[in-house]
Amino acid sequence: MGNYNWNWPIIFKEPYFGWIVSGFGKTLLIAVFAWTIAFPLGSAIGVARTTQNYALRLSGTVYVDIFRNIPLLVQMFLWYFVVPELLPADWGRWIKRDMPYPQFLTAVLCLGLYTASRVAEQVRSGIEAIPRGQRNAALAMGLTPLQMYRYVLVPVAYRTIIPPLTSDFLGVFKNSSLALTIGVLELTSQARQIEEYTFAAFEAFTVATVLYCLVTGLVILIMRIVEASTRIAGAITVGAQ
Amino acid sequence: MFGKFDFGILWTNGSFLWNGMLLTLQLTVLAIGGGLLLGVILAVARLSPLRPLSWLVEGYVNFLRSMPLILVIFWFYTLVPKLIARPVSGFYSVLIAFIMFEAAYYSEIIRAGISSVRRGQISAALALGLTKMQAMRYVVLPQAVRNMIPVLLTQSIVMLQDTSLVYVVGLRDFLTSADIIATRDNRPTELYLFVALVFLVACFAASRLVNQLRRRYAL
Repeated sequence: MGNYNWNWPIIFKEPYFGWIVSGFGKTLLIAVFAWTIAFPLGSAIGVARTTQNYALRLSGTVYVDIFRNIPLLVQMFLWYFVVPELLPADWGRWIKRDMPYPQFLTAVLCLGLYTASRVAEQVRSGIEAIPRGQRNAALAMGLTPLQMYRYVLVPVAYRTIIPPLTSDFLGVFKNSSLALTIGVLELTSQARQIEEYTFAAFEAFTVATVLYCLVTGLVILIMRIVEASTRIAGAITVGAQ
Repeated sequence: MFGKFDFGILWTNGSFLWNGMLLTLQLTVLAIGGGLLLGVILAVARLSPLRPLSWLVEGYVNFLRSMPLILVIFWFYTLVPKLIARPVSGFYSVLIAFIMFEAAYYSEIIRAGISSVRRGQISAALALGLTKMQAMRYVVLPQAVRNMIPVLLTQSIVMLQDTSLVYVVGLRDFLTSADIIATRDNRPTELYLFVALVFLVACFAASRLVNQLRRRYAL
């Protein structure tokens, strides 16, 4: 390492600085969009797995098993290369030719559906950790099952699973780097591109690393405050980090 | 629906795919072994009464856990040859990346396992006249290991899936081999579906086994 020529100024010169900024922006956008798919969908699947209805429970289980047991990168390739082939010909043609931002949207969809399977597991364990009495009390008070979930089980579950949900959000943020394999120029791929153009590998990787760490630290900090302000007195949090 | 597809291509390229699979398995096994070894060392250091050491390890673990694995792979792929000042096979650079990355996750699991044994157990062991080492050996570790093994196995299944990321540096693992054929013969559907199916079956079976183990040995 002694003979490595550090060249920090190059990172802050155009076009490289612009690459970093736009890559960072794409990384954040992918993460946020994917999360807006993953959170509601994952919650619905998690709830489905705790209901009395066998078909609902089974479909939830199958969803989670499929999405958790195929490597994310393979899923990315399936959505990008395979799904357009399996759809009716007109749809496939539209996806390949006319759909705007095909790589970006595919990455968002893929990460969103994958992360939903993780969110589902957290929501399920959150609901299962609620004492049965709450369920019975809600039903005894005349709430319908839907109301029971809406007003009793889900709100309590969310408040207890904030830490694992946070790490799932950070997971989707980090996993957004997989979008580079189908050609999205997000943060990691911009760092790699700067390396190829300037040979300033360690400078580019360092900048990317610092940005990832900054966001992660910031999110953890914010979620700690959220967790503290929504903590249920006397309850313990569940789920693995 | 599959009329226009030719799955015979999997058969004719069987040995190429199998070699890819061997590399995937090799990488997984070596990374699990190395990651566990380093993970145990990190966990012990993290729990040590020496504060600076504990903080240092905590910093390392948090640092690696806030980075995407792909970036870690790029780092080590570029860094390792520069550090030892001569070209080195991509396999070793990537293996080191996986060991360093997985160790951070394993060490957290091991630490959580040891911390999950209640303090009263240690107090009771010491009150019975066991030495600190004996308390660790006969009371804490047997319980901790039973708690952490399912989690360690689950993490190892995730790690098997994660090895597919070596694609980004062109190492010929299972997925990359399939990708090479898919691109050469323009047969992405057959190849990627096959890869997905193999991982799905293997990881599903493995995770069911882990669940059974958990049920059987949980304390």
